[in-house]
Amino acid sequence: MRDRFPTQPTQLPAAIRVSGLRAGFGATDIFAGLEFTAPRATWTCILGTSGIGKTTLLRLIAGLLPITAGQLATDGPVAYMAQQDLLLPWLTARDNVLLGARLRGEPPDRAKAQELLRRVGLADAADRRPAALSGGQRQRVALARTLMEDRRTVLMDEPFSALDAITRLRLQDLAAELLTDRTVVLITHDPLEALRLGQRIQVMRGQPATLTDVLQPPGPTPRDPTRPAIAGLHRQLLDRLTGETGSAIEGAA
Amino acid sequence: MTVLRPLIIGLGLLVVWQAIIMITAAPPFILPSPAAVVAVLIERADTISAHALVTLSEILLGLLFGTALGAISALVMAHVTAARRWLLPVLVVSQAVPVFALAPVLVLWFGYGAAPKVAMATLIIYFPVTAAFYDGLRRTEPGWLDLARTMDASSLAILLRVRLPAALPAFASGLRVATAVAPIGAVVGEWVGASAGLGYYMLLMNGRAQADAMFAALFVLALIAVTVYFTVDFGLRRLLPWQPDADPVDNDPALQRST
Repeated sequence: MRDRFPTQPTQLPAAIRVSGLRAGFGATDIFAGLEFTAPRATWTCILGTSGIGKTTLLRLIAGLLPITAGQLATDGPVAYMAQQDLLLPWLTARDNVLLGARLRGEPPDRAKAQELLRRVGLADAADRRPAALSGGQRQRVALARTLMEDRRTVLMDEPFSALDAITRLRLQDLAAELLTDRTVVLITHDPLEALRLGQRIQVMRGQPATLTDVLQPPGPTPRDPTRPAIAGLHRQLLDRLTGETGSAIEGAA
Repeated sequence: MTVLRPLIIGLGLLVVWQAIIMITAAPPFILPSPAAVVAVLIERADTISAHALVTLSEILLGLLFGTALGAISALVMAHVTAARRWLLPVLVVSQAVPVFALAPVLVLWFGYGAAPKVAMATLIIYFPVTAAFYDGLRRTEPGWLDLARTMDASSLAILLRVRLPAALPAFASGLRVATAVAPIGAVVGEWVGASAGLGYYMLLMNGRAQADAMFAALFVLALIAVTVYFTVDFGLRRLLPWQPDADPVDNDPALQRST
């Protein structure tokens, strides 16, 4: 099976394999033969401008959108974390963390939910409703809810972009710490976020969208993106992102 | 102030009422004075309260049946595609027939007792409740549905645990509208054919040219309508504590002029 994915050579076993993927809305193809592999227990960041198809790829992997053609395989079910916290306003923080169990009709593991809330620093807020929490606290609850699902693969759609700078840094650190042994696909439009959290970074560009080759910044995550070695990579990523803009203009002309 | 304000409004209306009588010199059989109405109210308290009880029970039963039927219809339409295709046109057509025009038919079928009035109130309440609740069920935040699907939730679990609670504020709006119009159904039903109830009593007094008694019955009817409305409104607020206060303008000084 693995021989069928020669475009992304990697030593690690893949958690997500996408090959020859075609998908789109109506007559427009967003992807026409997309290749993508996410190795197990690794953070892969997909960087791209708005509307390029990042979210579509994530929704396809999560099984929320149908694929037109191609192959898509995941290493078991996935957990999904979006830009909005998606907390249910009528449930307390703890019951929001337990949402998956409630929806599947499983007995809720309240002790585990409480422990996860403690790990995201919200042990005292378990009985509060989302309206009584700040934006950062709400996204922490969403992180705890994601961890509660206990899935090997976690898909993250810009989960930190609606937060203020300090809260974002803290939450990035927390997510990097708590999801360190998981396969994570994080999509973002922020090169610095990708450099801070990604063990592998790929830029998505063009229409139909394609992914550039993998950039692997050195050092453990979360990194300090202002380090000189990383700053050079920042330049490279920006070039790749803006290179897409040039070809798009050519294509339009 | 919250207690005082309705009292001042009530007093103001009485003053205007009395002033109109004094200015236009309307005879008592056209427009009785407030004092005359109060006198009748006290004098015939037993009769009027007996009729009021009949009307009140018609309204409450209509609310109960209309709300239950409406809620069930909306849930079925939201969950079953085939039901949506068949029920939605029926629902719209049912509103094209004026409910008041059905009153004589209902009396023909159900007789002169409470049944046709309850049926009228139920019919009037059914539509706003169904329409508002169904609309709420359709407008669930798409992100919640995506999240629930990645959690392997069945569509029934999503309906009952995500879409239903999310639609409760919309349901509450529909129920408030329904509560406000429910007394109309009961009274119209009584006008068409009845032997008891405030609507019947008003027609009876009209025939005897007793305007003061008509006004007394009208006053009690208004009192019932307002009381039922505020009771339902209060109950809904208690049931939906996560919902931000229904009127954000009241809590935001930037959005209002102070009084």
